[in-house]
Amino acid sequence: MEIFGIPLQAFLGQLLLGLVNGSFYAILSLGLAVIFGLLGIVNFAHGALYMMGAYVAWLGLEYFGMNYWLALLVAPLVVGALGLLIERTLLKQLYRIDPIYGLLLTFGLSLIAEGIFRDRFGVSGQQYAVPELLQGATNLGFMILPNYRGWVVFASLLICFGTWYLIERTRLGSYLRAGTENPALVQAFGVNVPLMVALTYAFGAGLAAVAGVLAAPVIQITPLMGSNLIIVVFAVVVIGGMGSILGSILTGLVLGLVEGLTKVFYPEASNIVVFVIMAIVLIIRPAGLFGKER
Amino acid sequence: MKLNQIAATAALTLAAATGAHAQISGDVIKIGIITDMSSVYADLDGQGGVEAIKMAIADAGGTVAGKKVEVMYADHQNKADIAAAKAREWFDTQGLDMLIGGTNSGTSLAMAKVAAEKKKPFLVVGAATSALTNDQCTPYTVHWAYDTVALSKGTGNAVVKAGGKTWFFLTADYAFGAQLQNDTTKVVEAAGGKVVGSVKHPLNANDFSSFLLQAQSSKAQILGLANAGGDTINSIKAANEFGITKSMKLAGLLIFINDIHSLGLKTTQGLYLTDSWYWNQNADTRAWSRRFFEKMKRMPSSLQAADYSATLQYLNAVKASNSDDADKVLAQMRKTKINDIFAKGGWIRGDGRMVHDMYLMQVKTPEQSTEPWDYYNVVQTFKGEEPWTTKAESKCPLWK
Repeated sequence: MEIFGIPLQAFLGQLLLGLVNGSFYAILSLGLAVIFGLLGIVNFAHGALYMMGAYVAWLGLEYFGMNYWLALLVAPLVVGALGLLIERTLLKQLYRIDPIYGLLLTFGLSLIAEGIFRDRFGVSGQQYAVPELLQGATNLGFMILPNYRGWVVFASLLICFGTWYLIERTRLGSYLRAGTENPALVQAFGVNVPLMVALTYAFGAGLAAVAGVLAAPVIQITPLMGSNLIIVVFAVVVIGGMGSILGSILTGLVLGLVEGLTKVFYPEASNIVVFVIMAIVLIIRPAGLFGKER
Repeated sequence: MKLNQIAATAALTLAAATGAHAQISGDVIKIGIITDMSSVYADLDGQGGVEAIKMAIADAGGTVAGKKVEVMYADHQNKADIAAAKAREWFDTQGLDMLIGGTNSGTSLAMAKVAAEKKKPFLVVGAATSALTNDQCTPYTVHWAYDTVALSKGTGNAVVKAGGKTWFFLTADYAFGAQLQNDTTKVVEAAGGKVVGSVKHPLNANDFSSFLLQAQSSKAQILGLANAGGDTINSIKAANEFGITKSMKLAGLLIFINDIHSLGLKTTQGLYLTDSWYWNQNADTRAWSRRFFEKMKRMPSSLQAADYSATLQYLNAVKASNSDDADKVLAQMRKTKINDIFAKGGWIRGDGRMVHDMYLMQVKTPEQSTEPWDYYNVVQTFKGEEPWTTKAESKCPLWK
């Protein structure tokens, strides 16, 4: 059986690979959406935070023998702490002015971070081995899937929907949403809003770091790994609608699939297809597919 | 402005972000290099290339014909328009005397046009495309280190001889990848092999698994990697992960020592590759490389050695002709044999090709390697004109 001249098996294989890439898009765009939705900051440092997550894993293994599973916990804590520092010292100055300043600041920060890592580690990058438990591959009938890639999909779905639940369905989440809607009123109820906002940024940074650790065994860890990805991820967030949490997760997954299929039918366009979709969405629905006009 | 639109605009702006660095100098002999300083190819040439040029200037005494020598460098970010604009700016306003072309063929083809228009020497080191000395040759372009023809004749022939008859190409989607695939296809077919398919990937792709799966379903014996730098590294990494290496053999058509260092010998052992130079060839190369290592904390790639060589030979020619007039210096270079740590008995042909030996190498096993960066065994030496474009193949009007 064939679909558009491609054997069904190959077609399913490509869909699955698209889903793996979509998982990375989802987890990264989710972090952006959380930060934007709750803080109104367009966080261009996200790619650098993702890269630093991967480097924490690599450095931890290299110098302290920290294994992958520990890295999954430690990297978000380290990068989250850095995020906390950035928010408390820099970003908090910017909440009352045009969001473009937040964007410029975070973009500048990411250039600095990349420059430092490039100077220290070069661009050819470092290797990170797949953890023992997830080595090997599973024959799914239509393709051989490395176990690790399967784990990536599982882990990122778990994290994405966990985050969505936390923000949309729990009391803590409702404080957060209320705090951003009307900080003065929520503060009056005795909730420490600035702390909550700072922790939110740290949480978003931590999400990026988790994605970095997840990616470490799959691609070469390089100072550029974030900037290669962040542009696409931003397009994903714009398509989903800035600030929409569920929207960013779903859009991430779907665009991973679309991009995967483009690689089969017209590979040359695979790096622009997301932007073409972004342009079309912006024309038809300027607020994004899941966004609300403010 | 709506936030969504700001973010969209910013995303697109970032995709085309600029930020070239330049060092500006006074009225002296000025040598400029425009290369990838910050992206996928930065380790192969980049800051190390600038350092190698500085070493050549120092070895020439810092002054030539009573004039001080200065080096300028800029990052073209792998964009041909930035490279051409920077070259034009330097020739027009900075009094640049000689330009060295760094990595990325697209940028070098663009700079070659500017240099020819300004009638200034353009010594290409990092770019691979053989078009620079073929249909796009100019009287001012000299191609120094290697090219796609030499790479394909080296690795292509060796792999077909070893039994790799059917090929599938994974190709970087720009001037270099297309040329390398094209040149290798000719070699493979001439040796009795067959190309069964190819897939083009964007430069700096973030995931290769999809392309590799397509390669695997072609049932070819050989996966020809017509890409470079970070793209090659990630291709090899993913090929191992998906078990492609069990059913297909990889032929890396352009692999540098930095790529091997990054991937490790365990992943790359046994791989054949063609290169113009290797640091651990003889006492001279080792001595020079250790000097380089002192500065950069890594061993030089062939390109960095060629940056050194090109600069040194240019300065020697300036000294000999006592002039920095482009035509006089180039005439001097063309009639002088090139003997330095990079090339022995090299010469510049009518089409601009600097003819020198090339080497087929095989990556050592971890056990064979005795020290860090000790990675290659030289399997075969391609002497003199053997690896390069022949007069019969050439369309360059200057070489008829």
